[in-house]
Amino acid sequence: MRVELGDLAIDRGGSVLVANALRDAGHVEVEGTDPELESNLRAWARARGHGADGKTVHRATGRFDGGAEVVLPTGTADARWGFAPRGARVEAGTAAWNWPLDDAAVVWDEDAARIYSSAAARQWDPARDVPWDDGFRLDEPVEAAVCQVLTYLVENEVAALSVPATFLPRIHPTFAEVVQVLAVQVADEARHAAVFTRRLGLRGHGPGTSGRGGQASLASLLAEPDFLSATFLLSVLGEGSFVELLRWLADCAPDPVTRAVVRLAAQDEARHVAFAVGHLRRVVERDPAWLDKLAGALRNRSAALAATSGLNEDVFDALVVVGAGSLEPDAIGRSFASVADLVRRMDRARQGHLARIGFPAASAIELSGWHTRNFM
Amino acid sequence: MLLLGAVAYDPKVVPIWEGICAWLQAHGVDVEPVWFFRYETLVQALVSGGVDVAWHSPLAVVQTERALHRRGRTLRLLAMRDTDQDLTSVIVARRGGPSSLDTLRGRRIAVGAWDSPQATLLPLNHLQANGVRPGKDVDVRTYDLLVGKHGDHVGGERLAARALRDGDVDAAALFDGNLLAFRADGSLPDDAEVIARTGMYDHCAFAALTGHREAELDAWTRVLLTMRWEDPVVRVLFDLEGLREWRPGRTHGIEPLRHAVATLDHEAADRVRRFADTL
Repeated sequence: MRVELGDLAIDRGGSVLVANALRDAGHVEVEGTDPELESNLRAWARARGHGADGKTVHRATGRFDGGAEVVLPTGTADARWGFAPRGARVEAGTAAWNWPLDDAAVVWDEDAARIYSSAAARQWDPARDVPWDDGFRLDEPVEAAVCQVLTYLVENEVAALSVPATFLPRIHPTFAEVVQVLAVQVADEARHAAVFTRRLGLRGHGPGTSGRGGQASLASLLAEPDFLSATFLLSVLGEGSFVELLRWLADCAPDPVTRAVVRLAAQDEARHVAFAVGHLRRVVERDPAWLDKLAGALRNRSAALAATSGLNEDVFDALVVVGAGSLEPDAIGRSFASVADLVRRMDRARQGHLARIGFPAASAIELSGWHTRNFM
Repeated sequence: MLLLGAVAYDPKVVPIWEGICAWLQAHGVDVEPVWFFRYETLVQALVSGGVDVAWHSPLAVVQTERALHRRGRTLRLLAMRDTDQDLTSVIVARRGGPSSLDTLRGRRIAVGAWDSPQATLLPLNHLQANGVRPGKDVDVRTYDLLVGKHGDHVGGERLAARALRDGDVDAAALFDGNLLAFRADGSLPDDAEVIARTGMYDHCAFAALTGHREAELDAWTRVLLTMRWEDPVVRVLFDLEGLREWRPGRTHGIEPLRHAVATLDHEAADRVRRFADTL
C-alpha cells in the first residue's frame, strides 16, 4: 500500500496517515516531499516497533497475536477481554483483571437491554416531578409519623443501593447491559434516599428512630456473598414487598409531597422487581438446582435474624398513624386494619414472584413466610 | 548469582529492573539488581568486578572500553533494546534562523547535559566534522540537568528545546525520537526545522568484561532474549522500559561515540576523557 503525504511531515501529523495505512496493510510505502521524511519515518517506526526500510514501513507483528475478539460468551467470559466492549480486538499481552461474575449462565440476561432502555427513558426529576412548594401543614403527631416512616424508607434505600453496588465491579464488562441495569438501579435508590431525606426536613421535623432489628435485617442483605441469592433476597422478596408498601403510602399518605415521592419510587422499584424475577426465572429454567440454593439463602438469612425483632415497632405504629391521618380512634382503627391488610398483600405479592421464578405453589407460601419481618 | 548494575535515572527504573530480574529468576537465572546514582560509579564497579553485568549508556560503554584498554582487556555487549539501534540526533532551528551548519557560525546552540551522548557529544562532534568548531565558531550552551545520568532522563534535552522555543538560542540539539515527542508536547516551537542530522548510532546495552563469567553470562543472555512482548508480565516491563524485543548486542553502533570522545575539541569531551583515562 502507498501513502502520499505531499508536504506533510512525519513529525507534523504524517505519522497518523502512516499508522492508519498500516491497519490494513503489512507494508506501506510512504511518499512525500519533506526532506526529513525517511529519517523521521525511521525514528517513528522504531518507537512503535515497526520495521523501516527506506521509505517503506513493515508493520510490527505480534501486537494482536494471542489477542482476542470480545464476544458475548455462552460460557465463561475471558478475563483478558478486560474492559473492552463486545466486538473489540484486544491487544496481546493485556493484563487480565479478575471479574468473579464471569459465567453467562449466572449473569447474562437477554431482557437486560430492554429493561435498561425503559429505565433510562423513565428517569424522573425530583426538582420537577415533586410538588415541594405545596403549602400543606400536618398536625405534629402525623408529621412525626410521616417522618418515622421516611426514616425507615431511607435506611432501606441505602441498603438497596449498596447490594447491587457491591456486585457491579465484580461483573465481567462483556455483560454490559446487565451492568447498565444494575447501575441505574443504584442511581434510582440514591434518588429515592435523597427525596425521602428532603421530605424528612421539609417541615423541620427530621428523622425518627432507627431500630436494632431493622438494621440487622438490612445488614444481613449486604452479608450475602452470592450474586443471585442477594438478587433474590433484595429485589424479589425485599423490593417485591416494598413496592406494595410504597403503593399503599401513595394512596394513604396525608400530604402531596410524600404521596409523590413514594409513587415515583414505586415505579422504579417495580422495574427492579421485574428484572430480578425475569432473570431468576431464566436462570432456574436453565438450571433448576438454583431453586434449592435460593431457598437455602432465604433460610440462612431467616436463621441469622431469628434473635431480632424484625420491624422497628415505631415504624408499624407510625404506618397506622400515617394511614389514619390523625389520632382520632375511629380513623386509627380503620388504618390498623388497612396496615394488617397491607402485610397480607405483601405476602401474596412475594408468593406470586416466587411462583413466577419456578417455585411450586406450596413452597412459595412457605418461603414467603420465611421473609424478614422488616419487609425489605 | 549474577549482579546486574543499573543507574536509577528515574524512579521507574527500580520496578523495571526488579521485574526483569524477577522474570529471569523465575526462568532459572539467579540475578539481582544493584542501583547506582551515576554511571561513573557503575563503570568503576564493572571494571573492578563489583558487578557482573551493567546496563550501560553508550557513554558508559566508551568510558569502560577506554579504562579496560589500558589494562589490556575488552568489553562485550550482550544485548540491547530494539529501540536502541540506528538512532540519529538532529539539530533544529526556527524558520528564519540558521538554515544549515554553516549559517550557525556566530550563533548560539543549546545542547543537553555535557555527558549526554545524543544531545551533546554526538551533535557537537557532527558540527566539528563539518567544519563548525563548538565553542569557537558557535556558542554552546549546555543544560546540565542531572549530570552523571548521561542524558537518560531527557530533562536537559527538553530544556534545550525550550530554550529554542523561548528565543534564548538559535538552534538546539536532540535525539530524533525526542524531535517527535517534543513536537507533540509543545516543548519545540511549531516552526522548528531540522537543519542537520548525525549519522546513525546505537544507545544503551548490557555490558560485561570479556573473560568474566562468560558461560553464565551467555546463558543469562540466552534467557533474556526469550522474553516476549506478548507475555502480559513482560509487556508491563517492556512498555516501561520502551522496547518491543531484546536483540543481541553489537558494537559497531558505538563507533560514532568512540570517535566523538576521541576527537571532539570541547570541554564536554575533555571531561569524559579525564574521567575514563584516570580510572
